[in-house]
Amino acid sequence: MLEYAIKGDKKYYGWIAVLLGLIGVGFGFYLWQLKFGLGITGLSRDVSWGFYIAQLTYMVGVAAGGVMVVMPYYLHDYKAFGRITILGEFLAIASLIVCMLSVVVDLGQPMRLFNVIIHFSPHSMLFYDMIVLNGYLFLNLVIGWNVLQAERNGTHYPKWVTPLIYLSIPFAISIHTVTAFLYCGLPGRHFWLTAILAPRFLASAFAAGPALLVLLSLIIRKVSNFDPGREQIQTLAKIITYALIANLFFFGCEIFVAFYSNIPGHMDHIKYLFVGMHGHGVLVPWMWTSMALMVLALILLIPPITRHNESVLAVACVMLFIGAWIDKGLGLISAGFVPNPLHEVNEYMPTFPEVMITIGVYAIGALVLTILYKVTIGVKEEVRA
Amino acid sequence: MEDSRRQFLKVAGTAAVGLSAAPAISAVAASGGHGAQPHVRKGADALTAKQWGLVIDTTKLDHEKIERIVEACHKTHNVPDISAEKVGEKTAVRHEIKWIWETHFHNAFTDQPSKYISEEVEERPFLVLCNHCEEPPCVQACPTEATFKRPDGIVIMDFHRCIGCRFCMAACPYGSRSFNLRDPRPFIKETNLAFPTRTKGVVEKCNFCAERLAVGKPPACVEASEGAIIFGDLEDPHSEIREVLREHHTIRRKASLGTGPAVYYII
Amino acid sequence: MNDKGKIIAGIVIFFVVASFPFWLNMFLEKGPAPELVLTPKAKAAEKCVRDTQFMTANHMQLLDEWRDTVVRKAERIYVNAEGKEFNMSLSNTCLDCHSNKAEFCDRCHDYASIEPYCWDCHIDNPKETK
Repeated sequence: MLEYAIKGDKKYYGWIAVLLGLIGVGFGFYLWQLKFGLGITGLSRDVSWGFYIAQLTYMVGVAAGGVMVVMPYYLHDYKAFGRITILGEFLAIASLIVCMLSVVVDLGQPMRLFNVIIHFSPHSMLFYDMIVLNGYLFLNLVIGWNVLQAERNGTHYPKWVTPLIYLSIPFAISIHTVTAFLYCGLPGRHFWLTAILAPRFLASAFAAGPALLVLLSLIIRKVSNFDPGREQIQTLAKIITYALIANLFFFGCEIFVAFYSNIPGHMDHIKYLFVGMHGHGVLVPWMWTSMALMVLALILLIPPITRHNESVLAVACVMLFIGAWIDKGLGLISAGFVPNPLHEVNEYMPTFPEVMITIGVYAIGALVLTILYKVTIGVKEEVRA
Repeated sequence: MEDSRRQFLKVAGTAAVGLSAAPAISAVAASGGHGAQPHVRKGADALTAKQWGLVIDTTKLDHEKIERIVEACHKTHNVPDISAEKVGEKTAVRHEIKWIWETHFHNAFTDQPSKYISEEVEERPFLVLCNHCEEPPCVQACPTEATFKRPDGIVIMDFHRCIGCRFCMAACPYGSRSFNLRDPRPFIKETNLAFPTRTKGVVEKCNFCAERLAVGKPPACVEASEGAIIFGDLEDPHSEIREVLREHHTIRRKASLGTGPAVYYII
Repeated sequence: MNDKGKIIAGIVIFFVVASFPFWLNMFLEKGPAPELVLTPKAKAAEKCVRDTQFMTANHMQLLDEWRDTVVRKAERIYVNAEGKEFNMSLSNTCLDCHSNKAEFCDRCHDYASIEPYCWDCHIDNPKETK
């Protein structure tokens, strides 16, 4: 089936070339980082995780969001999603690749990466994160490929794939739960030390993942002869709406607990994010933008009249995707470190090389996604013809 | 080859019967030889304990003394001085590496903010370092056991094994860990030839002077403190440190988190 | 499928490319193995912590064990078969005798194109800097 990936028009090859260019630039900056060390990033002694780990967190969510098409189809027999489950699974693969590369570029000694396996430590959450991320990637690869091949041959996918599909559902939940556990089990970081972190992660994942899927579906409809379907997109829109409501609700719970209890340790980080602290507040405009985007997206998503309009839906999805990205990809990780354990404020902002490396990583994900989607569309078009 | 066979047995044993059996197998392999097998042991002068700890008598410390203590520690361990003159102020703050340093009461004891604090204590310099916790969150977080707790209570880093993921830095509630964001060597003024430097990309922190305890010397900070810092075995009721703890009221940093810090402060 | 030829050709090309370093080394002029230069101190000692043959072949495993023992088990003294004791330290014991790192270590490592990262942290040669 891979042959579909090399049969494309000029636009397709142009897009691939753009991605390869971005990957090349990102790789160049990465070589610099390898040589100098992580000092070329905005990371510091106090904010020891930043943009890279935030991308892991965000894209784990996008990957987990793929399960929102898998579950209705396979568990609830919602037939309409049969058309797009493969899109969800392949999106998960590309997102997971972004996640893993984000971890690798974040390592100080990437050549020692396999120490995680050689000297495995079952008391470390990172160990479990590695297992579930790799497991989910593997499951999606096997499932996606077999299901697509069966569709092409006009047969039913092999029987042994079915248990893997069921297994992939808890795996999707676990990738985001375990990623939340990386943060929420740490005694000294009050911003993350909350049981609602994992549910909140999942809620934002089930909003942002399907939102990206809606956008991708609209793009696919434009650039190919395969239509993911209006009903499918509308169902996704409903899922996004519920998930976004849950996400904002959970966030409200956090605010309530922190501010009604009036415990400084819990309020400090939220204050830093939304009003700044000791005169420091680089993230303040970002966070308000994020909140505004998510609330506006919700206002557009709730009334059926706006949600049913695909152009408005697309705008809402973009707003939601960006809003959730700022929340998780910018605010959540670095704010956990500000103020630091000694209540000093040292802020963090990613540097230019750091952003370029991240763009390179995303470009690799986009390349993988493009190829997988190209193959999928090729198969779907062939089957219909 | 004897050693490679042993190595092989270790690996094969681990793979076949799981990690739990590995110590048994290597023990058998080690005792299998006749008489004059090469072996390893602790030095005769090595100081041992069940849980090393410190008591810092903050009443006996001032800025000059603390400066001397910090310098003694950082010189002994080749801790780089990434100063503002060399890299600019902003970078110096970000890339800073420190094992032990001076701070204020309200920074050291964030959960004990007295609204009306004694002026003298507010002014007094406080020394902070790794607490060598009884239940160290950094050890729990480390995915490679590069950070681990020794049987004598020291929480120590195996720099050879550290992959630089910095999970331990997120886990430490005391901000005791530093990360080598760049090659530290150009910033070491006088290299102590008896101790290695670090490489870029690994985390580092206080090692309770494990290398000095091994040859019967007290930690460098204790030596430089001229009696202001007492070290000893917290588990030994007859130790000097326990005597001091019986006589003085002491507090620990963020004890409410349950990490069991082994550094006590006399206020 | 009738792509057998293509597949086999692909596999062959892959193996040729993958094994290229070996081919290259076969035909490259390598020159004689470098000679190990011993300092007077090393000569006088006659024997290293283990016999020469063992050390030549296994010094890396020995050092690997040493670093684990010292850092992780806090045991710093190595007693060899003759009962002689050594402080397990690369910089302070090994390089105390072999204070000619360039001639003793580097030459051979260069010849074998090995770049041990020991020296990223362990200080080259206490003698020279003294």
